[in-house]
Amino acid sequence: MNTILQPNSYRSGPDENGRFGIYGGRFVAETLMPLILDLQAEWEKAKTDPEFKAELAHLGKHYTGRPSPLYFAERLTEHLGGAKIYFKREELNHTGSHKINNCLGQILLAKRMGKTRIIAETGAGQHGVASATVAARFGLPCVVYMGATDVERQAPNVFRMKLLGAEVRPVTAGNGTLKDAMNEALRDWVTNVEDTYYLIGTAAGPHPYPEMVREFQAVIGDEAKVQMLEAEGRLPDVVIAAVGGGSNAIGIFHPFLDDKDVKIVGVEAGGRGLEGQEHCASITAGSPGVLHGNRTYLLQDGDGQIFEGHSISAGLDYPGIGPEHAWLNDTGRAEYVPIMDHEALEAFQLLTRLEGIIPALEPSHALAEVIKRAPKMGKDEIILMNLSGRGDKDIFTVGKLLGMGE
Amino acid sequence: MTARMEKRFAALKAENRPALVTYFMGGDPDYETSLAIMKALPAAGADVIELGMPFSDPMADGPAIQLAGQRALHGGQTLKKTVALAAEFRKTDKDTPIVLMGYYNPIYIYGVEKFLDDAVAAGIDGLIVVDLPPEMDDELCIPALAKGVSFIRLATPTTDDKRLPTVLTNTSGFVYYISMNGITGSALPDPSLVSGAVARIKAHTDLPICVGFGVKTAEHARLIGASADGVVVGTAIVNRVAGSLDAHGKATANTVEETISLVRELSDGVRAARAVAAE
Repeated sequence: MNTILQPNSYRSGPDENGRFGIYGGRFVAETLMPLILDLQAEWEKAKTDPEFKAELAHLGKHYTGRPSPLYFAERLTEHLGGAKIYFKREELNHTGSHKINNCLGQILLAKRMGKTRIIAETGAGQHGVASATVAARFGLPCVVYMGATDVERQAPNVFRMKLLGAEVRPVTAGNGTLKDAMNEALRDWVTNVEDTYYLIGTAAGPHPYPEMVREFQAVIGDEAKVQMLEAEGRLPDVVIAAVGGGSNAIGIFHPFLDDKDVKIVGVEAGGRGLEGQEHCASITAGSPGVLHGNRTYLLQDGDGQIFEGHSISAGLDYPGIGPEHAWLNDTGRAEYVPIMDHEALEAFQLLTRLEGIIPALEPSHALAEVIKRAPKMGKDEIILMNLSGRGDKDIFTVGKLLGMGE
Repeated sequence: MTARMEKRFAALKAENRPALVTYFMGGDPDYETSLAIMKALPAAGADVIELGMPFSDPMADGPAIQLAGQRALHGGQTLKKTVALAAEFRKTDKDTPIVLMGYYNPIYIYGVEKFLDDAVAAGIDGLIVVDLPPEMDDELCIPALAKGVSFIRLATPTTDDKRLPTVLTNTSGFVYYISMNGITGSALPDPSLVSGAVARIKAHTDLPICVGFGVKTAEHARLIGASADGVVVGTAIVNRVAGSLDAHGKATANTVEETISLVRELSDGVRAARAVAAE
């Protein structure tokens, strides 16, 4: 791999061109460039505007229910017999996942920019639901692009979006998953540039999205840091989160990046194994390339054609990853590991039975990594995991896989 | 820019007619058929050839070109084969400019320097890479210009007078004006809006302005060609290829002729453009 200069701070990126090392950038069609520059200008103003921050904080507290609790998982800790396990309970947020943090921030920006129509892409439907929710709350029409495969496997979320007044447009191209939904959302945006705001759900895409989404999600790590100091009087030894595009992960990682003693671990979807193409482990098994506006690790063939990927979890079913994660990997600051479908499924069941929490299949991947690591760690050590979403949307998928309720 | 491109547009100017710029997808539905189409284009009236490089995720293209790319990839097309297609064509045609059009990732994976060397050797004159705006010029545009390969930029209705100079810096060969915001394969825009936009861009550059998006018939080509230096047709040609295939998406005996007959009609359209405009 390339030799990477170790920066003084891991929290100062991206540069003015939206680069994290060689990753990131603005690889978009000319039609979109003026919009992206407008968005960047508005974002630069908003992020230092006390009124914007106050409004977002107010909504976070009274609408989302922030701060989300930091929960000591006593029974799981006891069961695994090693490190103490804490969950950042983002699944208790309004709409059931961390996605609302970003959606509230971006819809306030859309309003500031005078946009009158919201579009979004979604995989698991968590971002689609959060987008539909904020669109309802702020009175804007919302179109959500969702792969046809995902429409089927995440049916409860499709229903929720429709109830919230959003139009869900199934995308049949490719495998009908998140990548295809993103292509179609970009096609909509390029056609409706005047009135439309594209509410990207993950810390990927053209600059300034990766930075912007990270900043809206960093509330997770900021809160967790304070809460951890309150609970334990010290920072955790390891922070673990699942990574698809990587918004929940960058949100909890970022505030800890300059705390050198805190190990950072991102968990990719290993699907049915890394040998073939049936996984979404972009960093572990992919290579750098350019897709959806940024350079990052991608699953691709020798001709630069992008694979479809596979994961049991629709939210991780994406053949790329946010550019900041690519950079954190290359600098060695963060480690990225794969978890297979069946391991995530086992973790899902374990947490449900031991703690009475039904996790989404996305954080179940992070949980499976916790289950691997905790027993090998000392009882005085601490793991912090981002429990990024609740699993109500997955119960039918899981039920089917376990042969329940037939 | 390459001498070939310069010469071609100078000759068209002397003839007082717009260029017919034809886009087709390399390798659609297979290498041999697309080579036969390419070889037949100049005699049918194509002045500049845009050779599509298939990509799995064509974010700025409508369904017709998406499907053409999928057929080509399914037929085993790669960037290497697309460059070979151009080289093969160049053996028998030294005059028709070839512009490769597509997305950046396959070029990035091929390796920028190696790709440019191979493109120059194949006799390729220019590149249109949809997802490389001026902000990304260091990636491919600057290295291409250094090797004498034109980098043709897209200008769109969102490219206002403030942004035009940014877009035109480092642009060479011609300017490709996309006549509407949106994806390929849309409806024809109002020709009077197009002529206004062409005039606006001409105030900023001496390069030829070719206009595309929405041109499907000889009549469209005639209307748009009245004000533009070139008329780009893509989706209509790709649709002809698609319409000629068998139930399994394979080429038939009619594929080349059906595609080329449309190009002949379009050629009549561009040749009538100025005659009508002068009336």
